[in-house]
Amino acid sequence: MAEDLGFNDEQIRRYARHIILPEIGGKGQKKLQKAKVLLVGAGGLGSPVAFYLAAAGIGTIGIIDMDKVDVSNLQRQILHSHKNIGKLKVESAKETLKGINPDIKVNTYAEQLTSKNVKKIIKDYDIVVDGCDNFATRYLVNDACYFDKKPNVYGSVFRFEGRATIFVPDKGPCYRCLHPFPPPPGEVPSCQEAGVLGVLPGVIGLIQATETIKYIVGIGKSLVGRLILYDALDLSFKEVKLNKDPNCPLCGKNPKIKDLINYEHFCSGI
Amino acid sequence: MAKISKSINIKGEVCPFTFVRSKLAIEKIKSGEVLGIILNHEPAVENIPRSMDNEGHEVLEVKKINNSDWKILIKKR
Repeated sequence: MAEDLGFNDEQIRRYARHIILPEIGGKGQKKLQKAKVLLVGAGGLGSPVAFYLAAAGIGTIGIIDMDKVDVSNLQRQILHSHKNIGKLKVESAKETLKGINPDIKVNTYAEQLTSKNVKKIIKDYDIVVDGCDNFATRYLVNDACYFDKKPNVYGSVFRFEGRATIFVPDKGPCYRCLHPFPPPPGEVPSCQEAGVLGVLPGVIGLIQATETIKYIVGIGKSLVGRLILYDALDLSFKEVKLNKDPNCPLCGKNPKIKDLINYEHFCSGI
Repeated sequence: MAKISKSINIKGEVCPFTFVRSKLAIEKIKSGEVLGIILNHEPAVENIPRSMDNEGHEVLEVKKINNSDWKILIKKR
């Protein structure tokens, strides 16, 4: 049959359940197809985000992660399989995503995101999903997205608790409105030291994926200015209002931070 | 008789793809214009008009045109 709105027969079948939705339709599906999303991290959060964005037909997915798959990742990082232990996470991720949807383009960056490469990498993307596991990268992603006016879909997990929101430059607060500076080193144990319930990043990652899709299609009420707190032990969700801080060192009235800094140094407390 | 702006022949297609293809086609025409649909999947004869109505479009005509085929006319809202 002839192509409709530029969809081929397989795409019409693949995306039928989206196209049927009045809020999405063929036009919304086209927006997803044209969208370019960068995932920072192919770990616990990045895994569920990547799975569903690929399945949803996001046309271009970029993934940056320098790590290799380790057996200790497999308790929660569902993108990676046992046979891919030792392989670069970005390669393992690409293999999985292309397996779900050969229609999409997957760009891989097997490197650490730094002040030096971040501008060059994010400029090609419409939206950034932060699935990182350290403060240096989190502040870097926040600042770089603010300077480049890219929405930053935030998520974090710790033991049994997770948080998610979206930071949209000039539309709401940024991460620094919430936490202007990182905690002193050693005060907050890393995921490695503290442990994390394997299914927890699944829940938080899917909130991030949902926000990403809503933002691209332009539907619903976004999480701008709202922080979702999830407690897996209680199985409860809470919502906290996030206000833009007029004194924010990044997006406030008299910003002190006017360009990217050295984030490793900034977060090491020296 | 309503003037048909766009016609699609989706004979051989089944639900839910009958509606999906009809919906993609109606997205291409302008408000007030009419989409003509020819089909032979009987359940879709009820489903397409109902779904189009749900989306706010006006069902102008549902008619059996021969032993196997139906014609549906939808006016875009």
